[in-house]
Amino acid sequence: MAELQLQVNGKRSTLNVDPATPLLYVLTDDLALKGPRFGCGLGQCGCCSVLADGLEIRSCITPVSRVAGKSLTTLEGLPAYYAARMKVTPAPELHPLQQAMIAEQAVQCGYCYNGQIIKGAELLFKTPQPTEAQIRTAMNGHICRCGTYPRIVAAIHRAAKEMAEANRA
Amino acid sequence: MRESDKHDVDSAPVVDRREFLKISGAVVVGIGVGNIAAGQAQGGLQRGLVSGPPDPAAIDSYLAVHANNTASIYLGYVDLGQGGPTALCQVAADELDLDFTQVSIVRNDTFMSTNGFTAASRTAGIGGVETRVAAAEARRVLLGLASERLNAPVQELTVAKGVVSVKIAPQRSVTYGELLGDKPFNRKFEPVRFNQLGEAMPRTGADIAPLKPSSEYRIVGTRVPRPDMLDKVRGTYEYMQHVRVPGMLHGRVVWPQGQVAGAVSPPKVVGIDESSIKDIPGVRIVRRQNFVGVVAEREWDAVRASRQLKVTWEAFPAVLPGHEGIHDSFRQATTRDIVVFNSGDANAAFNQPGLRVASATYRGPYEAHGTMAPNCALADIKADSATVTSSSQSLFQIRDTVAQLTGVPADKVRVQYYPGSNTYGLSCYTDVAEAAAIMSKEIGTPVRVQLSRQDEFGWDNYGPAHLADMRGAVDANGKLVAFEYQAWGYDGNGVGTASRLLALGVPQGGGRGSAGGAAAGPGGGASGVAQGGNLVGGLYQIRISQNDMYDVPSRRLIEHRLDGRGYLKLGPLRAPLDPPYFFAQEGMIDELAHLAKLDPWEFRKRNISNPRWLGVLEAAANAAKWTPRVAASNVSSARVVTGRGIAVGTHHLHPNQGDRVTFAAAVVEVEVNKDNGRVIAKHVYGAMDCGLAINPGIVESQIVGMSVHGTSLALKEELQFSQTNVTSLDWNSYQTLRCGEAPDVTPIVVQRLNEKSTGAGEEVLPAVVGAIGNAFFDATGVRLRQFPLTPRRVLATLKSAGA
Repeated sequence: MAELQLQVNGKRSTLNVDPATPLLYVLTDDLALKGPRFGCGLGQCGCCSVLADGLEIRSCITPVSRVAGKSLTTLEGLPAYYAARMKVTPAPELHPLQQAMIAEQAVQCGYCYNGQIIKGAELLFKTPQPTEAQIRTAMNGHICRCGTYPRIVAAIHRAAKEMAEANRA
Repeated sequence: MRESDKHDVDSAPVVDRREFLKISGAVVVGIGVGNIAAGQAQGGLQRGLVSGPPDPAAIDSYLAVHANNTASIYLGYVDLGQGGPTALCQVAADELDLDFTQVSIVRNDTFMSTNGFTAASRTAGIGGVETRVAAAEARRVLLGLASERLNAPVQELTVAKGVVSVKIAPQRSVTYGELLGDKPFNRKFEPVRFNQLGEAMPRTGADIAPLKPSSEYRIVGTRVPRPDMLDKVRGTYEYMQHVRVPGMLHGRVVWPQGQVAGAVSPPKVVGIDESSIKDIPGVRIVRRQNFVGVVAEREWDAVRASRQLKVTWEAFPAVLPGHEGIHDSFRQATTRDIVVFNSGDANAAFNQPGLRVASATYRGPYEAHGTMAPNCALADIKADSATVTSSSQSLFQIRDTVAQLTGVPADKVRVQYYPGSNTYGLSCYTDVAEAAAIMSKEIGTPVRVQLSRQDEFGWDNYGPAHLADMRGAVDANGKLVAFEYQAWGYDGNGVGTASRLLALGVPQGGGRGSAGGAAAGPGGGASGVAQGGNLVGGLYQIRISQNDMYDVPSRRLIEHRLDGRGYLKLGPLRAPLDPPYFFAQEGMIDELAHLAKLDPWEFRKRNISNPRWLGVLEAAANAAKWTPRVAASNVSSARVVTGRGIAVGTHHLHPNQGDRVTFAAAVVEVEVNKDNGRVIAKHVYGAMDCGLAINPGIVESQIVGMSVHGTSLALKEELQFSQTNVTSLDWNSYQTLRCGEAPDVTPIVVQRLNEKSTGAGEEVLPAVVGAIGNAFFDATGVRLRQFPLTPRRVLATLKSAGA
């Protein structure tokens, strides 16, 4: 066990944990967050994704010690992180991609949507106007067994468009 | 959330605010309707918390009206992620003359809900009828009360948003809440009963509330957005995997890695080396016969203990045929052969002169449910009572199996529903609830058990492999003359659940009947059916035997049933057996169309007379801008070629779903790369006629999902196993379709406002599988009669055909 400092969604927490503990169990059990969730424990499906300094990582296979000192963002903190990074005031209730997922009525069971939205948001930060091929490549590591991929792709296109329009305005 | 309440049998029911959030159009604003949550809690308390199922003839069993003029419904259909309960709220709101936002569903709970069994597209088809009838009866009672209060005859009253007023003097009004708020109806009525086919039987009594005609629907038939989406996109939706209670320990199971032939020889523990986890403090080992688990305060300790604990198993019997040998093993097995159907004289029909005859063998693999979330459950087993949270499709089945395993009387076991991810049938939710119950009973604290990805894949109840010998004959006019289907498959599941197999040491149930057999429970006649049963037997007494799909004068169906006990756990998987069935049937129909030198859609039109089948075919074909030509008439020598296929599909249920038939068709456009063998479905046009589509938006979502799932089945999914064990244990060894290769989908809902709702979660799936097989032939001129169409299989088939 060791004392570790984590910064999650802008808040600092001091935790006394085995440093080898995968980040996911700290987020769900110690910090009671519901965004990142267990899907495979193998880094294969993307249900557990979070942003570490803006980059998507798989929290189920990332030892918590490796992210001490990084700024972590979970789905719950995504709108605030987006607002700070894109200098949007006031901070919106939802990230444009979260809005777009609802507008497309994309979600079914929603279990994989933590990762779909985290990964899609990462893509939109890096590539504000992604092509269809860029979207499909970026999202290929996030499995959806409800088969909602066509609407996820549509929602990313929609969010990109709305972000561009907001920028112009 | 009051976590401590969750496991106290005498406490208020757990109500979940997210159920009552409503999204208004595309404007994303969460309207937290807290007073509805409060009203619901009162509604539950006023009715009392008693072990169910409740009296199917009492209005109070189905719904409650609250003082704030809202209503709760208590139906036992759970949200498996497909949006069914949203449709039930629409039905209730319409029949009660409430707004959609005034109706919500109480979290499913065996102490509150009716006994629904959420499977086989039953939510709309059966739950919708139950909801509508109960709501109509409730409205009649409320109007009677209003008539007394307002001193006006019922026929002079009108209702909007739960406000009853006198037509000619609208200022004289009273709300439902004022009339009955949080008081029971205390009224019996004649409930709808369903026959074995799932058909609603006519009610015999004269004193029944009339149902609204479809012309008066305001909310049914409209695209109400799903109220669960906001929480799902912002990470505040609470899944089963999130539930925690004070004093709880984390449990993990230690099962053999990959299921073995448990019915031949249940796995036996030879020894457990406790020193192998001595570096993990505070972990406890739970053992009941051959069931082994570990519990710990910290989840990660339980996880690593489950990986690290050295359990020696007796050698597993090497009796499985392996996934490559499964179909050959069918041929060699002893079978029980049953002529299910024989119309006309098939042998004589095939021998008529002048016919073109085709025959071929089609094959389908074992498939896994592959839930996104491995199953999870939490159990708190006390000496004389128990509380379990589960994401089962049938909470009463969980209640009964927990009672049996723990000795707690069934009426003292309370089971509450929390949604998991998609399940699409009998994934390991029963296994994990039993594991949690076994461990909680041994340890004496609440235990939360989360299966690993390997547990879930390795011990799933697979959709069974299938072998079909097909034969068909067509005359010079392109009319079907004879059709024969010989099916090989297992006669049910002889293993039961992993937890029972290991903890009790014996396979469950014999050759037939699977884990879900106890589902109905006492008093569940209105909505409970046994799950599982024999998967093969009876399944094919289907459209081929009812002259409403293809018009064929002579048809024969023979089943070759294998004893299922020697092999793997089987269970219903979304549209059970329909994908291999329609892959075979629609493949053979396509072969006959080609023999007849007819366009595949034209051939189907010549041989189908039911307008609803023709309707979905036309809808899909028109959306795809289908132009008539014989299949494979554009085959080229290019290395990357394209093709298109068409097929019909539906969901076959045993007992046969009677008049609850949904009609589906698909057109799929594919691209085949002859160099690397990769097949990509570029576009799926899926059409469905499910009678009255209560929410066409949700039905479209289902068509999108089924189109992708069907593509995944056709191209990717195949369970792998050796002679001893299942070896598909993760997302690498069990392939599934990913975003990069997902088709675009055009969903088409054929709305039939005056037909009964028949279910919309399964039927396009088999049509897509059939259409992809046919599209491959169109693209290459070569027929591949085994799915999935993997690169290896494609390359081998093209090579042997010289293409």
